[in-house]
Amino acid sequence: MLELRNVSKDFKDFKLRNISLDVERGEYFVILGPTGAGKTLLLELIAGFHIPDEGKILIDGADATKLPPERRNIGFVYQDYALFPHLSVEENVKFGLRLKNLPKSEIEARVKELMELFGISHLAKRRPRTLSGGEQQKVALARALAVRPRILLLDEPLSALDVPTQNALRVELKKLHRHFGTTTLHVTHDRAEALTLADRIAVMMRGSISQIGKPHEVFRKPANEEVAAFVGVENVLSGRIIGSGGGVARIDVGSFELLAVTPVKSGKVSVFIRPEDIVLSTAPPTPKSSARNCITSRIVSVTDLGALRRVELDCGLVALVTEQAAEELELRAEKEVFATFKATAVHVLPKL
Amino acid sequence: MKRLLLVFSALGALILAFILLPLLNTLVSALLDWQLLVETAKKSAFWQIFGLTAYAALIATMIAAALGTPLAYVLARKDFFGKEFVRGVIDVPVIIPHMAAGIALLSMLSRQGVAGVFGLQLTETLFAVVAAMLFVSVPFYVDVAFEGFRSVDARFENVARSLGASSFEAFVKVTLPLAARHLLAGAVLCWARAVSEFAAIIAVAYYPMVISTYIWEVFLSEGYRAARSAVALVLVIALLIFAALRALMKPMPE
Repeated sequence: MLELRNVSKDFKDFKLRNISLDVERGEYFVILGPTGAGKTLLLELIAGFHIPDEGKILIDGADATKLPPERRNIGFVYQDYALFPHLSVEENVKFGLRLKNLPKSEIEARVKELMELFGISHLAKRRPRTLSGGEQQKVALARALAVRPRILLLDEPLSALDVPTQNALRVELKKLHRHFGTTTLHVTHDRAEALTLADRIAVMMRGSISQIGKPHEVFRKPANEEVAAFVGVENVLSGRIIGSGGGVARIDVGSFELLAVTPVKSGKVSVFIRPEDIVLSTAPPTPKSSARNCITSRIVSVTDLGALRRVELDCGLVALVTEQAAEELELRAEKEVFATFKATAVHVLPKL
Repeated sequence: MKRLLLVFSALGALILAFILLPLLNTLVSALLDWQLLVETAKKSAFWQIFGLTAYAALIATMIAAALGTPLAYVLARKDFFGKEFVRGVIDVPVIIPHMAAGIALLSMLSRQGVAGVFGLQLTETLFAVVAAMLFVSVPFYVDVAFEGFRSVDARFENVARSLGASSFEAFVKVTLPLAARHLLAGAVLCWARAVSEFAAIIAVAYYPMVISTYIWEVFLSEGYRAARSAVALVLVIALLIFAALRALMKPMPE
């Protein structure tokens, strides 16, 4: 559907480097990365606002690298929505349709349908600047979808909103995608947003793509330490494989040894464990299966994160437990606990 | 803070008084001399000249808008080598003495100048008046239009294009309306500057006479008193036009 082949572009103060992506028809594709990774520039490149220095952009198999934006039929929603301030809500939604020389009755019908779908009919005559953030976002989406784009590009569509509105609109976006089935590229720095919306995720760092995969792949099996840090894999340990058999490796990480399910058989490795995959208990867990790690350790600190508690252990691991579990186990500093995690929860990468 | 504002306001009042006092003084003394004022107002020459001045300034403004708008847009949207030089050139008429501007124009318009090469003499024509007006007032239009275009976020144009607008359609349907207030303000400033020009015009065309030249001539031939009543009339008209435009350009309520 949308294919980027080794696309590079030098923006003087920033470079997009060698970007390759393949987004499938109807897919909800999230580009996840920190602020300043070049995510917005990448979207603008796909929309045709910039022409790449190198590489190709293909839409439906046809070369669109140098196609002007108005002939790409790609919808774009900016972070602050960029609604035309001199036009009413209704005129904003109509804008693209008016350019298409459609019969007036069809324009009216389409606009009416969309405004009803988005629940913004009552705002028709209002000016954009009098709307709330959530309302503006709906208008921007309606405006973009009115022309039935082949691809919809969303640039941090939720980040300008307060948290309750964000949560409501996240659900809304998901429903919308099901309704229209439009191939969507959504850029965000918010992991939860990526996790709930994405069919696939591309992690972007400093102008290039570090990893592409399904959400669980990216979050469980980050491609490198940088990605791991960004997707919230707090436990990154260095170790050495001291034994291997049956797809399970025994790894020495210094303060303890652990088992990991991995195809890597020997050598120095980086070990990744998500903090929420570590279960804490005050008694040794039973039954004790072989593909499970259990480490005895002392609590260094407990930090309140709201619904979760972040527990730091002196063996170097960090665990996330629910508020309820933390209270039941009476977790506090100096207490001795058993940290248990499955061998399949350990992600191993050979060290270069 | 309060003290500072008080002192600053007092200083501001001084400059305000400096502008208002001579104008008021002229107006009031001309009004007291009402018989002469009525006589001046009855002269058809005065109105003819005033009309011609307004008309010539309008043409100059229309040319400034037609050629200055695209230039201002390019300057606002595109970074290129020599851009600051171009902006500097546009502002040159503001900083040079206007008589010098007039003499420079003479080298283009006179029989001894470039026009003469084509067997033309353009001095002492409406063309020369408009040219002199345009020369000194076009910077005001371009500068304000430039600020206007710069204040329009380029992303509005991006969105318009993603919705199917060509770059020209995006300019006409989005950028132009969003910059309209600036463009109008620039045009008003440009027109007002053109109406009030004297030195550059007199260098290339004593006739057809514009209002500044007329006041100058009345002052020389009939003296201060006669010039004063003409000035008072011009002041009243100018202030009326100014007030009307300000009211017109008030931000529209949401």
